[in-house]
Order: sequence, then C-alpha cells, then structure tokens
Amino acid sequence: MSRIVIVGAGQAGASLAAKLRALGHDGSITLIGSEHAPPYQRPPLSKKYLMGELDAERLYLRPETFYGEQGIELRGGVTVTAIDRSAKAVALDNGENLAYDQLALTTGSDPIRLPGEIGGTLAGVYTLRSLADADAMAAEFVEGRRVLVIGGGYIGLEIAAVAAARGLAVTLVEMAERILQRVAAPATSGFFADLHRAHGVDLREGTAVTGLTGEGRVSAASFADGTSLDIDFAVVGIGIRPSTGLAEAAGLAVENGIRVDGDGRTSDPAIFAAGDCTSFPYRGGRVRLESVGNAIDQAEATAASMMGGTAGYRARPWFWSDQYDVKLQIAGLSAGYDKTVVRAGGGARAQSVWYYRGDELLAVDAMNDPRSYMMGKRWIEAGESPPAEALADPQSDLKALGAALAK
Amino acid sequence: MTKITYVEHDGTERTVDVANGLSVMEGARNNNIPGILADCGGACACATCHVYVDPAWIDKLPAREAGEDDMLDFAAAPRTETSRLSCQIEIADSLDGLLVRTPETQD
Repeated sequence: MSRIVIVGAGQAGASLAAKLRALGHDGSITLIGSEHAPPYQRPPLSKKYLMGELDAERLYLRPETFYGEQGIELRGGVTVTAIDRSAKAVALDNGENLAYDQLALTTGSDPIRLPGEIGGTLAGVYTLRSLADADAMAAEFVEGRRVLVIGGGYIGLEIAAVAAARGLAVTLVEMAERILQRVAAPATSGFFADLHRAHGVDLREGTAVTGLTGEGRVSAASFADGTSLDIDFAVVGIGIRPSTGLAEAAGLAVENGIRVDGDGRTSDPAIFAAGDCTSFPYRGGRVRLESVGNAIDQAEATAASMMGGTAGYRARPWFWSDQYDVKLQIAGLSAGYDKTVVRAGGGARAQSVWYYRGDELLAVDAMNDPRSYMMGKRWIEAGESPPAEALADPQSDLKALGAALAK
Repeated sequence: MTKITYVEHDGTERTVDVANGLSVMEGARNNNIPGILADCGGACACATCHVYVDPAWIDKLPAREAGEDDMLDFAAAPRTETSRLSCQIEIADSLDGLLVRTPETQD
C-alpha cells in the first residue's frame, strides 16, 4: 500500500488530501501541519474574522471529524525539519521519522517582516498570515487607538478597512508611488485610495518607513520624508515569500517557489508540490500565485497526477478582496498589460478595469460589479477578447458581447 | 438545530441537522455533502455554491442581494427562478425542512 505524506496543512494540503481519497487512493495519507488548528480558511483572517464577525470554528475547511472519517491522519503542531530523498522519509521536530512512497509539499508562504534593526521585532508590530497572528492582534483593535499599516497591497488595505470600520485612527503608508502598484493599474489603485480616504484613512503613498521605535514596545514611526508619527501599534503587510526552505535543503529545484511541472511534479519524481509555495507553467511562462483558487485547483490536479494521471494543470487565476462595502473580484493576471479600459458599473462605487496586451484580454478588476467579473473570467479562460472600446461603453451588454464572440 | 435536505444531481438525498446561524453552504461542507464547492468559503465571490431551492421554500428565504443576483446570472449551471447561492442563506428555525438541489456542475 502506498504511503503519501503531505507537508503543510493549509488550503492546498487539505484539498490535496481530500482529493486523493475522492480519487480512490487506498494507502495511508498523513497530513502534517505546524499549526494546532485543523486546516482553515486564511482569507477571512483579514476580513470578517478580524472584524469579529466569524468564530474560528467557521474558518475550518472541514469539521475536525472529517479527517478521521476519511482515513487521513492529521498531525497538527508538528513541523517537518528535513527530507531524506534517498531514504524516502521526512524528519519531524519531535524526533520521529516518517517514510513515504510519495511526498507532497504544500508549505505555503511566510509573511515578510521588517528587519529588527528598524524596529520590526518590537512588541506591537504584527504581520498577518495565521489564525494565531490574527488572534494576537485582535486585542489591539479598540476604538480610538492609532494603527500604522505598512504596505498598500491587498492584505494591508483589508486590515486598514477593518481598523477604520472599527473606529481606529488609521494611517497607511506605501513605499511605492501608489498602492497596489505591483498588481493593479492606476485606475484600480486610485479607486481604492479614494475609498480609504473617504473612510478617514490617512493614506500616504510614496512614503517609506525608516524606523519603528519605542521602549520595548512600538510607540512611534519615522518616515523617509523626515516626518514621524505616534502610534499604538503597527501591522506590516509588505508581501509574502514562498516557504521553500525544506525543498531547497533537499536539493529540489526552486525558481521563485518550488519548481513544478503541469503535473505538480518537482525535480524529484516522488515529490510533488502545490499552492502558494510553487511556481508552475502558465501561458508560456512560469508563475507563482498567492491565492486560494490556485491552491485548491492545483492541489486537486496534483492529486490526480499522484494517482498516476496526467494533470496538465491550467491555472484559471481569480482573486477577491472585501474592503468596507466594496467587493473586488479579479479574474486573470494583469502582468504584461499595455492598455486598460475602465467601464462604469451600475451601482455605487461600481466599476471595472480591463487589462489588455494588444488585443488580448488578460485580466479584469471588478469593483462591486460581479457581472463584469463573471463574464471576464469566462472570456479569459476561453481565450476570448471582446473589443476594448465595446467594454468602455457602460451601456454595452456583456452577455450579448459574449454571445457575439462565441460565434 | 434545523433539518436541511440536500439532493444531489444524481438523486442522492441526505437530510442533516445544521446549527442555526450557519449557512446552507456550511451545512453541506460540515456534512461532507458533495456538489457544493464554495471555493471562496462563503464570501459571495465565486458562485460555486449554487443550489436550486425547492419551490415550496423560495418565498420563505430572504431576498437575494444585488451581488448574489448578478453572480447567479453567470453561474456554471443554468439559473432558474429558485437559484440561490447557498452561502447567502442563513439557517434559522423558520427553515426547518428546507430542501435544496445541487446542480450538475459548479465550475
């Protein structure tokens, strides 16, 4: 009977384990996670959970009983410290060794922290990736307290939105000249900058933090422009790094993430990987995606190839973010765009931004505009591109455009 | 606890007890009932928890919000008059006995 060990009990690991059973794997499955909670959803941590609107148990991807019922041995609070590829075994931090016939790495990613030299390790300075991280900062979210959010990516913006909604005094600084610069066009950045300012956030773009200071605990921040700010706590949201340490130490190929092929296979035929920790082929290039959608789909495709199939995984990137009363939905990847079209939506704060490279539709950011998101997702997955000028007309009918394209 | 019945596309029927306050989607997830993916976990962001509510129950549900309505228009399986996103239906005593059918496909 073949033994499968999965390292990392996040979304990808849980999806992989469940899919292996669903596909009929009858050997053992051991799912190892360093956290104590059963596999849970991370996206709500910076949204409803931080708002206090969701109990931790509702974050669980499956009830705790699911794993036992499915014959999946879930081992929480245990960390894998090394992979011995020749012996086909992993070493655990409790001294145990676990043999495998096939190994899957779903190790996810780690938040990037500010260096200790500039105050990144002071008490009152947080990052948000895990349930424990969210719980650790929860008590800070008290009306009237002053928070500095460092980084204007989606995680920082979501945390700022929660803090503002809960009555904190929020300052958000972004080092680049605009928020979301790495992932979105100026139209989307401007939309969210306006949104946050309308909710009272002091949003400062082109502003680098030079230091966090305080006696044991952070109490002030200083910026490259020479100004400073008194704060009660800080949250750092400056990106994540794929957790590739185990793979690198084992000599697996790593290229902006653990390098896998379209079947989820690493450079060792007995070792697979899926989710945030991987880079994989996409549209002639290689990408790494930080998203739940990819974690699920890639893990399930990888499960199929571990069972002997060929997955030929084709990513269908999609993302979402909730900030105040705005739901952002993104389909596709905008990297490499040379043109954008803005389409006004029907309701309040509703619009969509469409990314093109030449005549090819690459991606859409849809703010309070699910119709644009759903239609755009369908087009991008089908490789269809409506004429940009047709989208710019807010009266044009998306379904009719789609029907015309499909002919 | 409220009884909810899920009927899969192949006719498999299961009735389970779900705690009030959870969603119909969470009831399926917690009982390992297939046919509802809910990739976004209940954020009304992905339209992979589409169900057909039994017509006898549709008027007892709170109305769809605009976002849900728009998402359903583009759901993978055809929309009907009783289509809902199950993550947006909160379970309460008044829904005891609710029956929903899952579509052939969610994505």
